[in-house]
Amino acid sequence: MDPDVVAETAEAEETRRTSRRYRRVPTSLLSLALFFLTWTVAAWWAHDPDVPTPFAVAAFMAREAANGDLFYHLSITLARVAAAFVVSMAVGTAIGLAMGQWREIDRWLDPWLILLINMPALVLIVLCYIWIGLSEAAAITAVALNKTPNVVITLREGARALDPKLAEMARVYRFSRLALVRDVMLPQLQPYIAAASRSGLALIWKIVLVVELLGRSNGVGFQIHLYFQLFDVTAILGYAFAFVAVMIAIEYMLVQPLETRLTRWRAKPA
Amino acid sequence: MRIDAKDFDRVESGRIAVLRDLAFSLEPGSFTCLIGPSGCGKTTTLRIMLGLDRDFRGEVRPPSHDARIAAVFQEPRLLPWRTVEQNVRLALPKNATPDLDTLFETLGLSSMRSSYPEELSLGLARRVALARAFAIDPDVLLLDEPFVSLDEATAKRMRALLLRLWRGRGVTVLMVTHNVREAVALADRLLLIDGRPAHLTGDVPLPLPQEMRTPEHMATLLDDLGKTYPDTLQS
Repeated sequence: MDPDVVAETAEAEETRRTSRRYRRVPTSLLSLALFFLTWTVAAWWAHDPDVPTPFAVAAFMAREAANGDLFYHLSITLARVAAAFVVSMAVGTAIGLAMGQWREIDRWLDPWLILLINMPALVLIVLCYIWIGLSEAAAITAVALNKTPNVVITLREGARALDPKLAEMARVYRFSRLALVRDVMLPQLQPYIAAASRSGLALIWKIVLVVELLGRSNGVGFQIHLYFQLFDVTAILGYAFAFVAVMIAIEYMLVQPLETRLTRWRAKPA
Repeated sequence: MRIDAKDFDRVESGRIAVLRDLAFSLEPGSFTCLIGPSGCGKTTTLRIMLGLDRDFRGEVRPPSHDARIAAVFQEPRLLPWRTVEQNVRLALPKNATPDLDTLFETLGLSSMRSSYPEELSLGLARRVALARAFAIDPDVLLLDEPFVSLDEATAKRMRALLLRLWRGRGVTVLMVTHNVREAVALADRLLLIDGRPAHLTGDVPLPLPQEMRTPEHMATLLDDLGKTYPDTLQS
């Protein structure tokens, strides 16, 4: 094909994609507005301190932000999420790839995997606190143990889907080990890693809150525990929404741009 | 290169013999075509020579232990997430500084160096695969039906390119094909394999300069070959 034609098609495709994205924005904003409207009407109708209005929640968040508490607890929780995420992604990816590539390892580890993935999160957390102690290490371990089996299963599929033809090509041309991982394997695993990270972040932050509630003296989970004892729904919602906002920001400012960059070679959007 | 026996495990039970007593050696700088009917074991032979299949009895002896071997597979086998130029550069041995400008120029790829493989037609992708093979300046080049499923005009152009690159660099070429016409047009030696298990049925030297390969001459040649090896070359 003529390169000019190729460039033109790519440009047209890009324009089409952008316009589609812009058209989607008002709909999602409208939908969000509808959510807050419903909430406001419900709160006004209930007229009960247990059902605060969005404005009361926002006011609480502003107060907590002003005195620094909000950011302190958010950052503590975020640090735990990050630590557990890194540990479970690293360990899960390694085990998943090994299981996907070597059938013998898969046979040995598969029953353990099924056991672990069916173990209730609460049991893992309680056992970690009892065996390791009420420490940061126990908290991170508990969360990572909950998430790792998920990563293993996703990456095992990824390893099974690796194209043997490209591996043969790399062998014939004597690719270095680095090039084999960086240029042949990782790009093929990228969608699987992205899927594991996406579902991982959402799952991990929910479990981190439970871990904080059960055995830590700071973080969003601890604050929610505190306000639960005071029956302060405004504060509970305030902390929950603050953290959801952080996670949405990570999705839109970090995960999605990164994914767009990594899949720019694709002729058509998946 | 000598293969005493090559068996495949069958899905149901037992083993199926694919190759038996297949031995040949390639003169340095020669252009040999390995011909045989579809499914007779040509690709398997090539895979054994490339070291991609080690489950066989026999021996493959490269010209030297650090000989560079390049391959062009039936499909281009390019990395879709790397550009044309990156695909070629990734295959280069350390410290190699080939003249990529000239190579891309020869293959008509100069304007596509930063395109991604998915933006290319099959013919262009095949040319990139050829560029990758020649970029490493190989001692031995193995090709597995590299021009199959191309339209005849493109295939013809690519054959001419292959001949030009072969003559310019003195590489030893072994090309697998089931297209006798193609083989006669390119090679200076034909190896015919056939049977089950497959073995060498013919070894035909064709010491003919390219300028003498006229249509009339080749027609006679094909006719003779067809008469001598009626089973292997039914087509």
